[in-house]
Amino acid sequence: MIWSYLTQEPLIWLTATLLAYLAGTACARATGGQSWANPVMIAVILLGALLSLTGTDYATYFEGAQFVHFMLGPATVALGLPLLDNLHRLRRAALPMIAALLAGSGTAVISALAIAHAMGVEGTVLASLAPKSTTAPVAIGIAERLGGQPTLTAVMVLLTGIFGAIVVTPLLDLLRIRDWRARGFAIGVAAHGIGTARAFQVNQTAGAFSGIGMGLNAVLTAIIAPLVLAAFG
Amino acid sequence: MIAGLAIILCFQLVGEVATRALGLPVPGPVLGMILMVVAGMIRPALITRIRPVAQGLLANLSLFFVPAGVGVVAHVALIREQGIALALAITLSTLLAIGIGALVFQWVSRLTGTTDPNALKSGRGTR
Repeated sequence: MIWSYLTQEPLIWLTATLLAYLAGTACARATGGQSWANPVMIAVILLGALLSLTGTDYATYFEGAQFVHFMLGPATVALGLPLLDNLHRLRRAALPMIAALLAGSGTAVISALAIAHAMGVEGTVLASLAPKSTTAPVAIGIAERLGGQPTLTAVMVLLTGIFGAIVVTPLLDLLRIRDWRARGFAIGVAAHGIGTARAFQVNQTAGAFSGIGMGLNAVLTAIIAPLVLAAFG
Repeated sequence: MIAGLAIILCFQLVGEVATRALGLPVPGPVLGMILMVVAGMIRPALITRIRPVAQGLLANLSLFFVPAGVGVVAHVALIREQGIALALAITLSTLLAIGIGALVFQWVSRLTGTTDPNALKSGRGTR
């Protein structure tokens, strides 16, 4: 009786989402901000387990979680703030940013589609993979235009973001890249908002550059993804 | 706080309407962000009002990706079928994109003399 009331209201899954996120951030803090303890990944695993335990489908979950999902829009607008605060730095770095954008964005789309295509991935799934490095709302828009599937695209985007946020620090340390601007910009282009959240966790300058990398990549991927997909189609 | 949130939502709204009306490839919130930067350059006072809310949103940026991420559960069957191909494509291309992007940035920055000594990671920390 109480359960059937709860399952019809958005309250329970909204609460569960916030609690799972708090648990994820608590784990991240407990490890001293280690990159493998990614709060999004932990929250997704907890909620995924909870959904399968209670036999709840994703559509029911999303009715509650959509309020959190909605905040992606305002948060994207809010990325303008670190941009404004770092305007003098951004102006100075215009040329390196343009070069890194073309290289990073092109690599992300071409290599993902080449590898997946070589391994037999086709059609809807390939189209859903193409915009994986752009921020979720943008990626879904691009994938729909290419004949991809929105929720599948969201999954690819999420996995890319989590993986990127986990590997970025060891990878760029290995490549001996000490420039926070380069580190931030590259993760923003390759791993959108989750990468940007990771960048802000580590360094404010990296975060600002990551935010602009994410924004620029959203625009560029919208242009190049259809061209690259057509080449593999 | 409400004023700040309302201003941010207005930028998003204008962005959404403009991209649809003009058929731009840029998503609404991204255009909203660009408009906010332009507005902030013209009137810095506006940004003072937005700052607390914007900082609160950015501090919890990860949270907003959780609902979409839980969508993984809806695609378990596909992941079981094509999981290896997709995992390879995502991991390898992400490693390549991050590495190449950062190397190109650093290379062009040195080439054009636009390095920034204040933006260097110090020492060889583990983070």
